[in-house]
Amino acid sequence: MRYLYLSVLLSLCFHLPTASAVEYSGSVSVEGRYFMDDPQFPGQRDGAVSLILEPEIYHSWDDGYQQWVFSPFYHLDSTDKRRTHFDVRELFWEKAARDWELRVGLAQIFWGVTESVHLVDIINQTDLIENPDGEDKFGQPMVNFSWINNWGTLDLFALPYHRRRSFPERTGRLRAGLLVDQDNPDYESGAQEWHLDWAARWSQVVGDFDIGVSYFSGTTREPRLKLGLDQSNGLVLKPFYELIDQLGVDLQWTHEGWLWKLEAITRDGQQGRFIAAAGGFEYTFVGVAGTNADVGVLSEYLFDDRGHDGPSATANDLFLGARFILNDVDSTEVLAGSVFDLDTYAQFLSVEASRRFGDRWKLNVEARLFVGIPADDPFAALQTDDYVSAQLSWHF
Amino acid sequence: MKKLIYVWSMSVLVLAQISVASAATPEERGREIAVEVDARDRGFGDFEAELSMTLSNRHGQESERSMRNKTLEVDGDGDKSLIIFDNPRDISGTAFLSFTHKSGPDDQWLYLPALKRVKRIASNNKSGPFMGSEFAYEDISSQEVEKYTYKYIRDEEFEGKPCFVVEYYPVDPKSGYTRQVTWIDQQEYIFHKVDYYDRKDDLLKTLVFKNYKQYLDKYWRAEKMSMVNHQTGKETLLTWSGYQFANGFTERDFDQNALKRAR
Repeated sequence: MRYLYLSVLLSLCFHLPTASAVEYSGSVSVEGRYFMDDPQFPGQRDGAVSLILEPEIYHSWDDGYQQWVFSPFYHLDSTDKRRTHFDVRELFWEKAARDWELRVGLAQIFWGVTESVHLVDIINQTDLIENPDGEDKFGQPMVNFSWINNWGTLDLFALPYHRRRSFPERTGRLRAGLLVDQDNPDYESGAQEWHLDWAARWSQVVGDFDIGVSYFSGTTREPRLKLGLDQSNGLVLKPFYELIDQLGVDLQWTHEGWLWKLEAITRDGQQGRFIAAAGGFEYTFVGVAGTNADVGVLSEYLFDDRGHDGPSATANDLFLGARFILNDVDSTEVLAGSVFDLDTYAQFLSVEASRRFGDRWKLNVEARLFVGIPADDPFAALQTDDYVSAQLSWHF
Repeated sequence: MKKLIYVWSMSVLVLAQISVASAATPEERGREIAVEVDARDRGFGDFEAELSMTLSNRHGQESERSMRNKTLEVDGDGDKSLIIFDNPRDISGTAFLSFTHKSGPDDQWLYLPALKRVKRIASNNKSGPFMGSEFAYEDISSQEVEKYTYKYIRDEEFEGKPCFVVEYYPVDPKSGYTRQVTWIDQQEYIFHKVDYYDRKDDLLKTLVFKNYKQYLDKYWRAEKMSMVNHQTGKETLLTWSGYQFANGFTERDFDQNALKRAR
């Protein structure tokens, strides 16, 4: 796969009129992560230091109506061998015409509106080992055709290859007692990862409403974890990727300082059909107390009809959060939030803060705490994995 | 961004002075001047330009911003504009799409490249600082006649040029200002200076326009706009370059797909 990327990239390079038309940007980051509690399982460490490279190279021509983009990614981790990983986040060619766009290659597509979970978003596989918040994604091979009309935009996707979700390895934290054998999954489809998935999305802006309706048919991005044996007959959790059909809706109503949001899905194919939804609001107070600062308050209710014993961590949960934006020269921002499980009163607390130093340096700090998870909860193992991390990035 | 803009042609000027002279009250006269400012800039169609901002505080510390702007004139409504950020580097690739309206709140979307996410954002932030600068969102958004009421105050020279002094009173209660006192060129109907008064009616900021150039033999654009905050001592110098008109932009260059494609 890696050589494929390289050869595609080289062939793109040879088609360039001049090398000077290629634009470079990206970042180099150093990240330290420290777990506050003692490890629960043998082999786990208290922390890790990482080096993360995220360059982006692109070239556009045809008055900006055609471009190619190459965004490789490399993470070197001092403890978790699996967290040391390479990926091509994006490598695609794109053409825009008056009423259509075509994108071919590895790309990232985001759908949705809510902040605490991303139910509707399904095109890309989650790079879970990179960050447990699930917002880091693997590049997805695709052909994406967008048809743009006054009745909305219709996006069609052909997705010829399935990417596997990443999970922590033996030395890594944020895992259960049994390791996930991520490289030896089971697929429902006989074609394994080469099953041709497809998806479609209609989206439209109607006044203050942003509306999206999406459909996905193919191999799930969210595997079920089943007990199994690895190649040396050790007990492991084996990812099982079933074939699913998923219908999704996302909706946002923007009115003055209010954002009202709703995402809902219904999925069939993983032991029956289920419904999940997330909905709530964000309200922003601007110029708080005579300063330039904005304060946003967020709340979302999260629901999954498979219930507390199902695979969802947010079956009947309430998210409360606050966003502080100082609007200063250094773009200082803090987002603090908590997800309460209304059945067990377990809490997941998260704080993310960022600030720029000079023109090129950026500091991101994250703290995540797991509080009061009952011992019989499927996510009980996380109880001892509270952590803080700091990432210093140099942008070029 | 019409405040940046002001335009001019001989025949219209003559008509305008006749009509301004015939106005009955200071309010009517003020509005007629504002209507003329708007009329002179109408028909530019579209433009693109590069902007750089130098932010400085009273200790002399400086910070640079750079971005690219595309604007499309919309018949019967406010302009559409797309801003792509290049500097500081951590926000490179972030893009901001806004549809301004003659009345009611603007529509705004932000593209966040790290998440590949387009976010519709609330537009009640109009009094907030743009990119940490001394320019508020409402200072740089499209100036529509309907967004203010007016009062003509007096005639006064600004740096040797005869001007109308007109007060602009924002209609939107969410504006950060009680009034804006403007110095409008009597010949070209372009702004030379604006004094902004905060919600307590204290002088907050002064904006001065420099180095006007004319494009397409009609449309005036200031190359330099300097905003000084009298209350904090902070200053932002905004420099425009590389103006290009008549690019043939359409609404398609200002939709969410274009926002995602922007780099």
